[in-house]
Amino acid sequence: MTAATEAGIQPELEDLPERRLGVSAALQFLRRNPLGAAGALVIVAMFLMAAFADFIAPYNPVANAFDRMHQPPSFENWFGTDQFGRDVFSRLVYGARTALMVGFLSSLIGGTIGLVLGVASAYFGGRIDLIFQRVLDVFMAFPLIILALAVIAIFGSGAQNVIIAITIPFIPRCARVVRSTALAIREMPYVDAARACGFSHSRIILRHMVPNVMAVYLIMITAFVGQAILLEASLSYLGLGVQEPTPAWGLMLQGGAEEYAESAPWIAIFPGMAISLAVFGFSLFGDAVRDELDPKLRSR
Amino acid sequence: MYQYILKRILLTIPTLFGAALLVFLLLRLVPGDVCLLRMSGGAGYVDPKAMDFCRAELGLDRSYVVQFLDFVWRFIRFDFGNSMWTGMPIRDEIGLRFQLSLQIAIMATLTAIVIAIPLGTVSAVKQNTWIDYGVRAFSIAGIAMPSFWLGILIILGLLVTTKSLFGTPWMPPIKYVPLWVDPIYNLSMTIFPALATGYRYSAVATRMTRSALLEVLREDYVRTARAKGLVQKLIIRRHALRNALLPVVTILGIEFAFLMGGLVVTEQVFNLNGLGKLFVGSVTNQDYTMTQTLVMLVVTIFVITNFVVDIIYAWLDPRIRYK
Repeated sequence: MTAATEAGIQPELEDLPERRLGVSAALQFLRRNPLGAAGALVIVAMFLMAAFADFIAPYNPVANAFDRMHQPPSFENWFGTDQFGRDVFSRLVYGARTALMVGFLSSLIGGTIGLVLGVASAYFGGRIDLIFQRVLDVFMAFPLIILALAVIAIFGSGAQNVIIAITIPFIPRCARVVRSTALAIREMPYVDAARACGFSHSRIILRHMVPNVMAVYLIMITAFVGQAILLEASLSYLGLGVQEPTPAWGLMLQGGAEEYAESAPWIAIFPGMAISLAVFGFSLFGDAVRDELDPKLRSR
Repeated sequence: MYQYILKRILLTIPTLFGAALLVFLLLRLVPGDVCLLRMSGGAGYVDPKAMDFCRAELGLDRSYVVQFLDFVWRFIRFDFGNSMWTGMPIRDEIGLRFQLSLQIAIMATLTAIVIAIPLGTVSAVKQNTWIDYGVRAFSIAGIAMPSFWLGILIILGLLVTTKSLFGTPWMPPIKYVPLWVDPIYNLSMTIFPALATGYRYSAVATRMTRSALLEVLREDYVRTARAKGLVQKLIIRRHALRNALLPVVTILGIEFAFLMGGLVVTEQVFNLNGLGKLFVGSVTNQDYTMTQTLVMLVVTIFVITNFVVDIIYAWLDPRIRYK
């Protein structure tokens, strides 16, 4: 790994680097998985776009300009303007912020809650586990979008409620996967040893079991972000997600994408391409992460 | 086998019950009073007699337990009550649209099967070649692309092509005619959403076929068949594919269950009068009885489909029955 070992010099045991998750490990990961590297590139580009949106976007994304409605892509408006005269490219760039925010927040929160619940259920076992499994089954019986729509029906639309609506269906999905891994870990000797030492339940769960399911957790989180972005786009498209005039990719598709499909197709094409590319990137990256962290699933 | 079926049935009942409870609770969580929302229309003042009437009509004046039991009992008998939004019996509203959604779901499934199995097989047999990479990229694109965007693109493509070919743009028809009455009209309406949904569906199935077949091709009996001198094509057809198709069947079944409810956005794009559009309409118009019924319906279909898939899986793979 280091230049010393490549040159054939045997390092002393104390000199060996201890960190496994350093930059070199990341670079090796990228080199081994070209598709994952492509996905990572897309993700990084998205982050940069969202972070530096103020500098990248040429126009104000919410400024109406009724003298410039439905302009085709030109030198002034790279992706054209929409039905209110807003620059599509600027809205696209700012839309990355909404997508990433919703995607990451719901994925992280949902995944973490699912992680804790799944591990706790596997740890306690017995009747608690049985009941929890039944409850999980009930939640899993709802397709993602149906549950999200039901939550929106109760709490109304808007960015905050969208995040809640997307987080809730993810919790049982993550919990179920984490639980099956945690069940295997529960049988390991060190959990017994920890119990024999008299550690509290929460300490064993948080400090011994959770770190060992991190691989599955990371896999699920990266898979969720892509799905969360897609779900947010669907909800906004239906008019039940993020509301105008916030720039969001799904919302851009809703606002007259079909009415003006013939006369101004650029309103529909570019946001959809952005969504596809983003989910594509996250899927590729997630696949690569899964191949790395789960040797059983590695593609042969 | 019968014991397995019985066990499965016993498992579905608490799931359905729990789902009904969840749906019931969810819609009682609406902040504010449903009747107030409905009757006042924003004015803030409501005649108390109107409120009482609304409450009695919706059955909100009884205790929660009675309401829930009544909900479950009526649901089993297909008596869904009246919609708060249109006032018509919900059963009629759903009946109209159920046919269309079912037809598109079936067509999408067929599309998925026709695309996924050959592609997945080719991709597994020629692993790590350009064909494999192409198929994998194709399937990941299918999962990544929002199906409603694909639908919009299809409509766009149709408009542009028909305009250039025939002079006037043509859109798929909106009024629903059953398949047996006028097949061509019906197909011209349903084939495009079926394709849009089927692409995504087939992407999932392709990936599953590929990974399942990859596993099977490493098995000993395949090696024996090869040693025997059997042609590759026959090995795949006679031995490998049948064993690999087990998880694929499971995935297809699960995705079909999703389709019935998940067509929500595709129907919006293609302006189809299906269950999904009804669902969105009921959420937008705060029609809680209809939302409740539709969610319960989708969940029931999902649970029943999963049950059927489990049974088929056990029938195909005898090892499962004895677990």
